[in-house]
Amino acid sequence: MIRNAILSLLGLSLAETATADWAFNMPKGITDLSLETYRLHMMVFWWCVAIGILVFGVMIISLIRHRKAAGAEAATFSHSTTAEIIWTSIPVVILIMITIPTAETMVRLEDSRNPDISIVITAYQWKWHYKYQDEGVEFYSSLAHPSLAARRKQSGIDPFSVENYLLEVDHPLVVPRDAKIRLLFTSNDVVHAWWVPDLAIKKDAIPGIVNEAWFRAKKSGTFRGQCAELCGKDHGYMPIVVEVVEADAYEAWIDSHRTNTE
Amino acid sequence: MTAVAQAHDSHDDHGPVKGIRRWLFSTNHKDIGTMYLVFSLTMFFVGGAMAMVIRSELAIPGLQFVHPEFFNQMTTMHALIMIFGAIMPAFVGLANWMIPLMIGAPDMALPRMNNWSFWILPIAFSMLLSTLLMPGGAPAAGWTMYPPLVLQTGDAFPFLIFSIHLMGISSIMGAINIIVTIINMRAPNMSLLKMPMFVWTWLITAYLLIAVMPVLAGAVTMLLTDQFFGTSFFLAAGGGDPVMFQHIFWFFGHPEVYIMILPAFGIVSEIIPVFSRKPLFGHDSMVYAASSIAFLSFIVWAHHMFTVGMPFTGQLFFMFTTMMIAVPTGVKIFNWVATMWRGAMSFETPMLFSLAFVFLFTIGGFSGLMLAIAPADIQYHDTYFVVAHFHYVLVPGSVFAIMAGAYYWLPKWTGHMYNEKLGKWHFWLSTIFVNLTFFPMHFLGLAGMPRRIPDYSTQFADFNAIASIGAFGFGLSQLLFVWVILSARKGKLATAEVWDNPPGLEWTVPSPAPYHTFETPPNIGANIGFEK
Repeated sequence: MIRNAILSLLGLSLAETATADWAFNMPKGITDLSLETYRLHMMVFWWCVAIGILVFGVMIISLIRHRKAAGAEAATFSHSTTAEIIWTSIPVVILIMITIPTAETMVRLEDSRNPDISIVITAYQWKWHYKYQDEGVEFYSSLAHPSLAARRKQSGIDPFSVENYLLEVDHPLVVPRDAKIRLLFTSNDVVHAWWVPDLAIKKDAIPGIVNEAWFRAKKSGTFRGQCAELCGKDHGYMPIVVEVVEADAYEAWIDSHRTNTE
Repeated sequence: MTAVAQAHDSHDDHGPVKGIRRWLFSTNHKDIGTMYLVFSLTMFFVGGAMAMVIRSELAIPGLQFVHPEFFNQMTTMHALIMIFGAIMPAFVGLANWMIPLMIGAPDMALPRMNNWSFWILPIAFSMLLSTLLMPGGAPAAGWTMYPPLVLQTGDAFPFLIFSIHLMGISSIMGAINIIVTIINMRAPNMSLLKMPMFVWTWLITAYLLIAVMPVLAGAVTMLLTDQFFGTSFFLAAGGGDPVMFQHIFWFFGHPEVYIMILPAFGIVSEIIPVFSRKPLFGHDSMVYAASSIAFLSFIVWAHHMFTVGMPFTGQLFFMFTTMMIAVPTGVKIFNWVATMWRGAMSFETPMLFSLAFVFLFTIGGFSGLMLAIAPADIQYHDTYFVVAHFHYVLVPGSVFAIMAGAYYWLPKWTGHMYNEKLGKWHFWLSTIFVNLTFFPMHFLGLAGMPRRIPDYSTQFADFNAIASIGAFGFGLSQLLFVWVILSARKGKLATAEVWDNPPGLEWTVPSPAPYHTFETPPNIGANIGFEK
């Protein structure tokens, strides 16, 4: 309620009503770190709202009361060392208060030690290649056919009639719930970025460089993302789908996808 | 104010030559300033037309009008033209017109170079725009030109590099001219700390330009040699590093965003005191704040790169330095509010644009602070949240300040008042539509829409439709701006002071400002109006 009131105060009351929370705010996601990221985002947002209310409040009071048309007489002051010291030092304190929890989260984000599963993700113009490092499973993942047909210019197919338009792939990435998954990113051609909002992972896939990120999914389900770094004409058409399943379902899936039987 | 007498009426034989030669060979700061401003407005509409193509395609899901490759050309060209063609030349135009008038100098220090630095621009942009007709089309790798993608550009590639070199040369020459003018040609008794804020912010901006434009030139030259001369600066296959380009680019790119906002700070710092009828609060701290922002702008660049894979300490450093920018920026905003406080405000068009600047730039500043938070930036990076952020600081930020300045000084330039009622219409339409365009983009980004995509999933449809309506409204409103400027010819005659007792030397010369002013330096004594 309070939040709605403040949002509308700031002129951003659009579309709160019918849409679910994630449709206009960052998702809380399905990992501890995605939730932490969401909380950091909201913490800074509320700091901004508070500062905004203060600054805009003073400004609006001034705009109402100190108008020439309302008979205001201009004062002549142009300095106040006290005021300037206050409004220089208080922001510094606020920034330090923001930095401390942020740095703690950053430490956890970096800790990709002892993974249960490692997956090498190689980006291509314009698809993804997934390779489960110790399982002998690898495959390409590209835009699913219904979207592929509808995306053509003036295709005559209504995007609203296509389920998960532009966010569906032929072969999703499948991972087990509650396991620590390490992702290793590289690229075969240009710079891409692998982004799944619900995992709070966005990492550049860069030719000649191997980047890493990790996650531990707390919920099973299907989670979608897209390439986030401009990579050429079909940049908008290389989605990512991650299916988080129970451990036994994952084992069965891996067994059925093993290409080489060593 | 009127204590400064002007005696230049006897030099009518120094008027402009007739015809095209007046403009082609001009060494007069006012004519060159006018040419910069007209050029900038033209590019504003060219870049704006490209924005209309982008918003048409994005109005509803599905691909209706353009192919993805052309869409990418539009986003790339829109950015290059708006940054280098519209915003930067507008500030240089204002600097040309106003800095000599504000410091009591007869002209810019290097008038012939001034001519050259302007005339390079139409050449550079003709070349850049001609790439739209070339095989492979215009550049489509984004204005950031990241390799290896940019190396996939077709025939346009060398033209892109060369036109950027030309823009850089033009900017560097303009910056040298401004520095030399400010340092050497101030009226007697005008110490540095007595300079008006617009002159101050431009002095700092000019140093930023000289520091970073060569860096951009170096980066694009390395792209050129990678493409044509077999080097591998940025090619992993040859032992190069694609990420190095990003570091070099953003070492230029971040000071560049302050190049586009510091003169805007200067303009609103001129306008708010006049219409508040009160001296600028904390003139000296404004100078120190602008200098701190300029210094910090050199050590924050990698906040554009939190997703490239940086060490923890690097992320922490760039996060904290970025957040620190909020402190001097806050000082400026508090000072503007303190200037208004207990003033006697009136709301003519320049003031309205300046007030909207303070409000809406602050919103852009807030999203900037959010973007500085490295873990959250992982979610925001390369989404519409970023698009919303930088359009808030550039459109209701830089562009509104330029428009505020144009309305503020137009009577001085033309000798006529613009139509105040139409000016206010222009303001309200622009303000409503700019928010309608860019505010929903925050939501789009947070909800997961990447930037630079020609088509999107259906859950993003509503906000995109709103943004497109806003964009068309904003575009059409700017036609009104042109009409207000053109119709000012018939406006009532302006006095020398134009506004209610404004400080500053520019208001001591008649309106319109004569072709030659301050041929002898003005005697300003110990006081220049409000400045001290």
